[in-house]
Amino acid sequence: MAIPKVMGIETEYGIISKGDEEHNPIFASSLLINSFVSPRLKKVRWDYEEETPLRDARGAFERAGLELLEDEGGLVSVILENGARYYVDHAHPEYSTPECSNPRDLVIHDKAGERILEGSLEAATRSLPPGSRILVYKNNSDGKGNSYGCHENYLMSRSTAFPSIVNLLTPFFVTRQIFTGAGKVGSEGAAADKDIPYQISQRADFFEVEIGLETTFRRPLINTRDEPHADPDKYRRLHVIIGDANMSEVSTFLKTGTTALVLSMIEDGFITSDLRIAEPVPALRTISRDPTCRAKVVLADGRSVTAVDLQWEYLDWTRKYLAGKDVDPVTADVVARWEQVLSALEHDPMSLDRQLDWVAKLRTIEAYRERHRLSWDDPKLALVDLQYHDIRKDRSVYYKMVETGQIETLVDESEIAHAVSNPPEDTRAFFRGRALGRFSSSVTAASWDAVIFDTGTDSLQKVPMMEPLKGTKDSVGALFDVAEDAADLLRRLQS
Amino acid sequence: MADEQKRIRRRPEQGADAEVEAPPKAERRSTEEVDKLISEIDEVLEENAEEFVRSYVQKGGE
Repeated sequence: MAIPKVMGIETEYGIISKGDEEHNPIFASSLLINSFVSPRLKKVRWDYEEETPLRDARGAFERAGLELLEDEGGLVSVILENGARYYVDHAHPEYSTPECSNPRDLVIHDKAGERILEGSLEAATRSLPPGSRILVYKNNSDGKGNSYGCHENYLMSRSTAFPSIVNLLTPFFVTRQIFTGAGKVGSEGAAADKDIPYQISQRADFFEVEIGLETTFRRPLINTRDEPHADPDKYRRLHVIIGDANMSEVSTFLKTGTTALVLSMIEDGFITSDLRIAEPVPALRTISRDPTCRAKVVLADGRSVTAVDLQWEYLDWTRKYLAGKDVDPVTADVVARWEQVLSALEHDPMSLDRQLDWVAKLRTIEAYRERHRLSWDDPKLALVDLQYHDIRKDRSVYYKMVETGQIETLVDESEIAHAVSNPPEDTRAFFRGRALGRFSSSVTAASWDAVIFDTGTDSLQKVPMMEPLKGTKDSVGALFDVAEDAADLLRRLQS
Repeated sequence: MADEQKRIRRRPEQGADAEVEAPPKAERRSTEEVDKLISEIDEVLEENAEEFVRSYVQKGGE
């Protein structure tokens, strides 16, 4: 029986500063985070020594003269009250959602991340000299061959054989872009082709190999990073690097919801068809570069199929898999929307221009191009593409569409606002977030799988969280309600 | 189960309408809606498109 698919999304945002000073993306990213996060949260360190016993951990923390804003790597990294991690990664601000139990909650927390970046930008802008400004985009490419990621993470059973994951997941990943793609004007990098005006995926140009450990070069369709951030004997964390950062809630919902279902079927050994694509890396590009969704790719068994055909196969298996099961409403919604979207993609992809990012963007850019009689290589079109992803709600083309009811949303703004400062209630993120929210002055460090308290006694106390579904509101919420301080909380946890 | 499979499999060789539900109503945006959006886009675009697009360079991440 497949284990619950606890999931999260990590997004690297594009960032640029304009003004007198030379653009320094690390400085700009640090400024965003430092401007937003309250001092009491900044002093809590991200604990890289997750597996280290308590004494070692303590040795890592120098109390006197502690540089509060920087972690060991010299880059800002903080944990928020909603259980998320907010940090500088390479030269980008990155937001990792807290662990969510279902794709709807993940949509809410992914959007909460956008609001946090937007709030950070507002706060940072107030501290900039006149004439200077910072701009932030939730996309994956600068159009010049440089990409930054939007990674998904899914909890999987350690016992699932990796080859079965590769064989069954690769065709799914190569084809799911027809509803997860964020759309992009042109092509770039080694795969650049001047004859491609527009493509479905921001990221398809950047994948070169089928499987591997890298994320920044020779990017693989299946990433093999094995860092479970949970009990390593029981779990693996599937680290997915092939997705686009989505503005559309429907795209994020389908991306994570369908992937979780496929992973469950793989875990249960349910899919018995051979769906392998003969040459998956070129197929990824072929599909991305065909907005009609009619391009065919050759399977290992010789059949030629479209991306929609392959997705129907996965949906078909999913229906069989769920038949007779007690299906929760969110999963039922994933399946219903999956079918609706595939039907529409098969008949008329442009009919999804209220739902999917790549279609909404394509329709808008085509209309703009016609209005102004522009050629596809006009920089104005690249600019409209970029502006779709601006995180400022009053400047983003996507949010102009939301405002005027031109794109479907799935969650309420009030739910997003709540998620900015509150963790999901049904994963271990609840414990992490509430520990930070209530007792940050007694929390020294935290990571995905532990919170380390300093309650003034001789030793630090580490609360391990190796089970992603423990530490929920149901199990510890009442303790937080009555605990007077962190020491009291720890006593109650132990009793 | 067989019926269900027929219902969701909708490949060209089955004929366009063979035992399938009608596809969801295509509720694509009206021309008026898109036109209105297009009229507002110039307000949010950076002024010098060519210069701005050229200057938007990111370091790789991940």
